[in-house]
Amino acid sequence: MSVLTNIPNIVPEPQEAGEQLTRRFFLGAAGAAGILYTAALAYPIYRYLASPEEMALSATAVTEVTLKEAQKLAPGSVLMFKFGTAPAMLIHHEDGRWIALTAVCTHLGCTVQYEPQADRIHCACHGGVYNPYTGANVSGPPPKPLTLFKVAVNDAGVEVSRT
Amino acid sequence: MTSKTISTSVYDWVDERLGLTELAAFARHKTVPVHSQSFWYYWGGISLFLFLVQCFTGVLLLVYYRPGAEAYESVRQITFVMHFGWLIRSAHAWSANLMIFAIMVHMFSVFFMKAYRKPREFGWLSGMALLGIATVFGFSGYLLPMDELSYFATKVGLQIPMAIPFVGEAIANMLRGGPDVSEFTVQRFFALHVVVLPAIFLPLLGFHLWLVQKHGNAAPPSVEALPASERKSIPFMPNFLRKDLAMWLISLNILALLASVFPWSLGKQFDSLAPAPVGIHPEWYFMSPFEMLKVLGAILPGESGEIAGLLLFSLGIALWVMIPFYDIKSSSGQRHRAAHYFGLIAVILLLATTTIGYWTIR
Repeated sequence: MSVLTNIPNIVPEPQEAGEQLTRRFFLGAAGAAGILYTAALAYPIYRYLASPEEMALSATAVTEVTLKEAQKLAPGSVLMFKFGTAPAMLIHHEDGRWIALTAVCTHLGCTVQYEPQADRIHCACHGGVYNPYTGANVSGPPPKPLTLFKVAVNDAGVEVSRT
Repeated sequence: MTSKTISTSVYDWVDERLGLTELAAFARHKTVPVHSQSFWYYWGGISLFLFLVQCFTGVLLLVYYRPGAEAYESVRQITFVMHFGWLIRSAHAWSANLMIFAIMVHMFSVFFMKAYRKPREFGWLSGMALLGIATVFGFSGYLLPMDELSYFATKVGLQIPMAIPFVGEAIANMLRGGPDVSEFTVQRFFALHVVVLPAIFLPLLGFHLWLVQKHGNAAPPSVEALPASERKSIPFMPNFLRKDLAMWLISLNILALLASVFPWSLGKQFDSLAPAPVGIHPEWYFMSPFEMLKVLGAILPGESGEIAGLLLFSLGIALWVMIPFYDIKSSSGQRHRAAHYFGLIAVILLLATTTIGYWTIR
């Protein structure tokens, strides 16, 4: 500072303003370059860590699953399978009806269980109960019903698809 | 209360318990000598930076790597399936090599500036230990992809302890987890690489860095001989730190360029029945000892040659490590020629054997 005070004040005002502008421009450009640089480093790392998520995303795009030989499922029994990445169940009811629905409890995501003797779908985590024909939430904490799938039974197997 | 008084009282509260003011005062008074060889002061910092890169990229690889029987498959997945996995892996491999290189530059600059003299003997010793561990990091990390090259490199590398009389075979079997390199080897090398070695390396690194703070940067004898008025220095905070960080940025750019333009390759999966691929050779930092053992083996054939090679090599390293204890004359400021020549011979031998090594692969 002492050096600066020794210099006679001959610098005109407008030029000083111009210098400030370039200084501001420089700081702004440096800041932008820094942000770009950091982003260029962070982007590959984010994509790398997010890879399984993206793979799962393409798996959830699945709209149809063929379960080979599932037509042989005995009445009153259940077959667990994966629809995309999430567990799902195919129930062959005693009355011959075929029902397929997601097996993920709408409360906190536990996998639910079909209980033929009680004729209900039960979640062991918090006692949620669903209707095994419609997927409707009957009692307990679940806020929503289980999603039903369309079922087509043929000689080769069972085709389950999104409605 | 204004925000200023709040921040002051928070600072005072922390300061009272952690002594921030003392630290700040210490940092303010820390200086770095300025002379014609100041450039070499950056190499310790560059090594440290590359080590941090290793930790960071290593953790990222750990997210998907699976040791054991699935090792190759998981590295294949990282390299070809996961987004930018090839880049993370390439950065880890390149940074490992650059780190060993930077540590070696740092070591030789310390040697020729005679920075190992009293009171810095522990700095030299801990530094040598860190370099030793870094090469073990390199050796163990090289096996983890379990491709052809890593398989044979490890197979050959673990033959060396076999030459040790009586206990050699037991040591080699212990390292391998059996008589041959297998999934057991990769599993224990993995444990070594990500748990055991870091657990030893980190406290040693802390010790090494603490010593640098305690004693400051050493000036070479020629600068020490100058009268105090002619010796120049700059404050560490912020002047040298700024330059240090600029060097880190340059290192990062070089690393990014190398890792993306020359991505680290992944060979075929190892096959214990396949013959060794043509042109197989150790990593460049093992080339020199490998070549020396080969030359000695040619002069003294058989087991005696192997043992003589190991002995000579151990002796050379011991002499190198012990330099602060016999290069004592120079502590009076007088240049000690013998140590200087020893250093030159070491550099020439290292370069020559490495060159011959690469020359004879073809």
